[in-house]
Amino acid sequence: MALTRVDGALTTAPSTAGRGKVRGHRGPDQRAAAVPTAILLLGAVYCLLPVAWVLVASTKNDAQLFNTFTFAPNGSLWANIRGLSSYAGGVFWHWMLNTALYAGGGALLSVVVSALTGYALAKLEFRGRSTLFNLLLAGVLVPPVVLALPQYLLLAKFGLTNSYWSVLLPSVLSPYGIYLARIYAMSAVPDEVIESARVDGCPEGTLFARIAGPMMTPGLVTIFLFQFVAVWNNFLLPFIMLSDENKFPITVGLFTLLNRGSSAPALYSLVVTGSLLSIIPLIILFLALQRYWRTDIASGAVKQ
Amino acid sequence: MKHTSGRTAPRLPGGTGGRPPGRKARPHARYDGGFGHRAGGLAPYAFVAPAVVLYVLVLLIPVGYTIYLSLEKTKVSGLGLGLGGRKQVFAGLSNYSTALTDSAFLSSLLRVVIYSLILVPVMLGLALLFALLLDARRVRLQRFSRLAIFLPYAVPTVIATLLWGFLYLPTVSPFPSILSAFGLSMPNLFTTHVALLSVANIGVWGGTGFNMIVMYTALRAVPSELYEAARIDGASQTEIALRIKIPMIAPALVLTGVFSLIATLQVFNEPQTLSPLTNTISPDWMPLMRVYNLAFNDNNSYEAAALSVIIAAVMFVGSYFLLRVSNKRVFQGR
Repeated sequence: MALTRVDGALTTAPSTAGRGKVRGHRGPDQRAAAVPTAILLLGAVYCLLPVAWVLVASTKNDAQLFNTFTFAPNGSLWANIRGLSSYAGGVFWHWMLNTALYAGGGALLSVVVSALTGYALAKLEFRGRSTLFNLLLAGVLVPPVVLALPQYLLLAKFGLTNSYWSVLLPSVLSPYGIYLARIYAMSAVPDEVIESARVDGCPEGTLFARIAGPMMTPGLVTIFLFQFVAVWNNFLLPFIMLSDENKFPITVGLFTLLNRGSSAPALYSLVVTGSLLSIIPLIILFLALQRYWRTDIASGAVKQ
Repeated sequence: MKHTSGRTAPRLPGGTGGRPPGRKARPHARYDGGFGHRAGGLAPYAFVAPAVVLYVLVLLIPVGYTIYLSLEKTKVSGLGLGLGGRKQVFAGLSNYSTALTDSAFLSSLLRVVIYSLILVPVMLGLALLFALLLDARRVRLQRFSRLAIFLPYAVPTVIATLLWGFLYLPTVSPFPSILSAFGLSMPNLFTTHVALLSVANIGVWGGTGFNMIVMYTALRAVPSELYEAARIDGASQTEIALRIKIPMIAPALVLTGVFSLIATLQVFNEPQTLSPLTNTISPDWMPLMRVYNLAFNDNNSYEAAALSVIIAAVMFVGSYFLLRVSNKRVFQGR
């Protein structure tokens, strides 16, 4: 299995790994290739453009947003942030906290469930193991978006919609996360470690919590990140489930703000500033955890 | 959960530490005293219990309920007034026949197919181009570009749509003043046909980076000996890319293709978020928008359920089939 490689991480990918030659001097062969470099840079500019724009646009007040050349910054960022913070009694910061709860809490719970199940599927023997695995695998293919409607209708029968759990609970089960955890447990936890712990009389729960779990940690961080993005991106579920503005995640919150903005354009500068504030923590999280973006696990997974 | 309590656990030495060399692991070895090779009796069931319970609650029951609802309908008796006048009765397959002749649904289906046929090749083509450039010699600023192109993956689709939506609005966008410097005017990005491209652009922006990283990772796994010889023989970088690198990463290409297709067919966030900015994007613009609109604006959860079942079945069968075929062709075929 091609999963033990670590050089798939974003920054740590060593530029010479596996390549025979060491890049010491730059011979005639090593001159910068202008056209390919330019194409790559063009791609980078395209990807940075909207982020650069929101950075500039959030420094403008409403009048400036609609009237001044849009790549010239103004000085209204602080006023915009204050305006956003006071909008509807500070509901924006509620949305930010809710998002952290849904995406962070949901992903964390999801990692725990995925790790337990993945470990059991990979390393423990029990009746129904392959049936369970196949059922979970089928779950990967069920489009989660299609599930949102029946989940809503069922919860509505018990009056459980419009609650934190109505968004959190469906986010905890991640068939894909379990699938990845199983693969990671197979490659990261050696059988002899489990055997010798059992010989020493270590109970299964302790064995997992103290030995197998920690060995799986790098892979679990990857699963956390995947699930975090999945929950964060799932707009339909909270959009359907929640009616109380105070429980919205940031995506639903900004959408309703934009919706109102079409009749009151003064809200647009709030939407712009809110967009900027909402992506800053995420970009920081991404840059800080870059080395855990192990796409080799994600793609290598199917090859086994 | 005591998940983090393992921080103080003794780190086991990696590699073969502690084990006499040459002795192989015996996963099915039996031990005396309590534990058979069944690994502690009920323990495995306790491990998988949370997932099983959740699977039943949030997946199995909702799927079953959707199928049930899709076979029901509301029957209005008498004048349909009062609570007793409406009741739920068995409808057979009538919701399905209604769904399959629902012109709003069918045109949204056609639209999403065109959308996917535009988005997926453009996005994966760009991802492959950038991945090859990241892997190529003599290309500069690779680290910066890799991060910059991956960055949009950190931006949720709703926020990405807000950003692009503003860039599309002539009153706010920087493009009109830039274009007017060249004597051009900004085209309307929300006309019937262009709107599809405007939405697809948001998908391309958000998805290229992730797929690029998957392909780049696959490229780095290709042993360089495979093309060192070709390079010494005078093959150009382009030839090496086309003849050696791309065929070697075919599995990654198939995988990203299948997953991208599944994701684009479920498009909802981008058009839904753009809809307040334009009338072109109707409430039934894409299949999932049609489902949402039926269930929550028309209060017809029965037909919405039938549509959900159709969409899910097409996705399920399609992706299963695609993965099987590609597994046979690509993964075992070389």
